[in-house]
Amino acid sequence: MNYRYNIGCSLSNLKGIREFVRNVLNENHVPELQVSAIVLALDEMCSNLMIHGHHCNPEHIIELHIDHPGGSAFIFEIIDNGSMFDITKFSEPDMESLVQDKRKGGLGIRLVKSIMDKIEYTTEGGKNICRLTKLV
Amino acid sequence: MVHIKRLQESGSDIIAVIGEIDASSSIELDLAIAKSVGEGFKKILVDCNALEYISSAGLGVFMSYIEEFRDKNIQMVLYGLKEKVANTFEILGLADLLHIRENKSEALKLANELSV
Repeated sequence: MNYRYNIGCSLSNLKGIREFVRNVLNENHVPELQVSAIVLALDEMCSNLMIHGHHCNPEHIIELHIDHPGGSAFIFEIIDNGSMFDITKFSEPDMESLVQDKRKGGLGIRLVKSIMDKIEYTTEGGKNICRLTKLV
Repeated sequence: MVHIKRLQESGSDIIAVIGEIDASSSIELDLAIAKSVGEGFKKILVDCNALEYISSAGLGVFMSYIEEFRDKNIQMVLYGLKEKVANTFEILGLADLLHIRENKSEALKLANELSV
């Protein structure tokens, strides 16, 4: 099963991304608590990319693909052609330093790394592909 | 989209968060808390009964006030979290940094105890 969704880089589109991901997972009978966690991880990845890779320019399009090849694996691909924002290159700050710095960021990366089983980055034909794998 | 309502009860400011908080709407939560602090409230309760979703942008707002609340001796207690929302706090271990209770009366009780 393969699903696709294209979105402009505006934070107001995050809701649409969440609905798309939630619908696909519900259709494939993923348990509700897992659906919520996966939806969150995709929201975090797309908002990071919109903000840091595309400065929230709604003319810039990112593609979201969901592939469920069978078994327990769900593969999520986020494809764009901006500057690569590779979260595996960021170390998560510890919680106390987040509190002291009054930083509002850094938590999203931690969430995605806890929720997803695998995070990979590749480039193909000038496009960045971030591939997230989740076993449910 | 998020909708925020504030009301006061027994000297506490109660901020009810209705809907979804993501990177596009977290500013609303930030403004509501800032307003409550600006008005001098020492006990701030956050009613999460109608909070359907929160991403790191919203969690970051709560985190960003922890230090200021310590300095100003302000107590903030969240209550009424749905399981899916509570799960997000748990993944990050935020339950240790924030005060979270089941319902309003427990939240109020904790805020009063901590204020002494």
